Amino acid sequence: MELTASLPIPAARRARLRRGWRKLGFGFAVAVIVSPAIMVFLWMLSLSVKTEVDNTAYPPIFIPDHPTLANFVQVFTENSMGLYFWNSIVVSGCATLVALAVGIPAGYGIARTQAHKLTVLILIARMTPALSYLIPLFTVFQLLGLNNTLTALVITHLVITVPIIVYVMAGHFETLPKELEEAALIDGGSVWTSFRYVALPLARPGVVVATILAFIFSWNNFVFGAVLAGRATRTLPAAVYNVLTFEQLAWGPLAAAALIVTVPVLLLTIVIQKEIVVGLTHGGVKA
Amino acid sequence: MTSATAAVARPGFLARRHRSYYFFAVPALVVVGAVIIFPWLFTVWMSAFDWKIGSTAHFVGLENYLGLAKNQRFIESIVHTFYFTLLAVVVPLVLGLVAALIFHHRFPFRGMLRGIFTMPMMATPVAVALVWTMMFHPQQGVLNYLLSLVGLPPSLWVYSPTWVIPSLVLVEIWHWTPLVMLIVLGGLAALPTEPYESARLDGASEWQLFRYITLPLIAPFLVVAAVIRTIDALKAFDTIYVISQGGPGTASETINLYLYLQAFAFYNVGNASAVVVVFFVIILALALLLLYVRQRAKWS
Repeated sequence: MELTASLPIPAARRARLRRGWRKLGFGFAVAVIVSPAIMVFLWMLSLSVKTEVDNTAYPPIFIPDHPTLANFVQVFTENSMGLYFWNSIVVSGCATLVALAVGIPAGYGIARTQAHKLTVLILIARMTPALSYLIPLFTVFQLLGLNNTLTALVITHLVITVPIIVYVMAGHFETLPKELEEAALIDGGSVWTSFRYVALPLARPGVVVATILAFIFSWNNFVFGAVLAGRATRTLPAAVYNVLTFEQLAWGPLAAAALIVTVPVLLLTIVIQKEIVVGLTHGGVKA
Repeated sequence: MTSATAAVARPGFLARRHRSYYFFAVPALVVVGAVIIFPWLFTVWMSAFDWKIGSTAHFVGLENYLGLAKNQRFIESIVHTFYFTLLAVVVPLVLGLVAALIFHHRFPFRGMLRGIFTMPMMATPVAVALVWTMMFHPQQGVLNYLLSLVGLPPSLWVYSPTWVIPSLVLVEIWHWTPLVMLIVLGGLAALPTEPYESARLDGASEWQLFRYITLPLIAPFLVVAAVIRTIDALKAFDTIYVISQGGPGTASETINLYLYLQAFAFYNVGNASAVVVVFFVIILALALLLLYVRQRAKWS
């Protein structure tokens, strides 16, 4: 800039130059804010496809000459990643299905009765640290002999899935026109039929978003699995931490396991790009 | 709007149906009562007992709370939590605002780059925490290598009592700045164009446009982001637990970490429940404080 200003350059060219510098600066700013996001994932990928020798090399090797899938093979054959993956699918899947069964009607009820006070409950639930649900539930499961079972995990994961589904569905039903339901009621339908055959089919996009958000939050949860699960019932995040770090595993398998946990979430995220923010701020925002 | 007109046209029509809509919420209320409300009440009840899992409980009234007030380690954990929270709210707010201003412009591949930028916030915390643990490694970690590239001395990162909390905040910034960005971006998208046009005609500079038009208009969104960020930072657990376990020593032991130890390492559920109650009051107080600030800002 200073250089161009000090030289006798025609005004038009100077303006063009300035715009060029601006574009360059802007491009640089974009690169600076985006690169940390992608770098950590690329580093995770890099660690997972390298041998132990390459992973501990200094200076670090970013792109290996001989990428290997041995780390992935190892975590599936020796660390039963398959089992933990299945546990996670069962726990998050069941917790999401139960939450949908009770949460969709509840969201509808809240939207149609304008019972917004109920959403305060959701806000308070969001503010409560997850550990504080664990202590009472852990104590009760202990009495019932349910600790170390998948059932206990599914029940506990409802803490995550129910509020998010109720919140998303209540918001979604409120955006639907009421005229169609009213027409159904005038034609002699019950409140239930107008929900089942009019409102519910219209709310399908909302159901998809709510399902994916609930599944992701449940999938990402670590502490419930870490406390309540036994060796064979751990969910994926708990297993990646407990099994792999306690057995003093090397970086390669650890990164491979981390990648296996993360990839399903990132794929689901792509499907609901635009609605993510609603899910993450649930309870906190009233526009 | 539509319901209001309908109610006027057919008085009592919706009101008559109104009550039956409450039944839709019953199954969810049962579940919420069992897994959310019952734990709240049970926690408050347990906090009045000296109770270790496996032994009998003794009623001690407020003794657990009095013990916490004198507990040096617990008080330090509150200080650590506040320090962590302050950094983990302010830095993402500033960076998120900058990122939102950038993504508010049109440029090639904007959608794709925004998608990449927001990837961290959905990623499984434990998984990314493990990768950060490897990156923080003082000898073989990639971060010290990057420091050496720009001529800076290596850091001990999470192995240094001084730097452990800022290092953990670094992970938190990486993880949650995108959420702030998306919230602020929503605010920017709703901005009116007229004030800018007239201010430009009056010869306002870009900085003045930002300072006197943009910033006041998106302030409510920043407050929302601050509330959410504060709640989440206070509650941060996974990354701290995985990366530092509250160490070295107790240098990064936040309330949540202390709570975990009390409950699931020592099975001291009475004491841990008292910690939960105090913790919840702190979260609630800070959230209300921020909302109060927002109200004040609205009036003035």
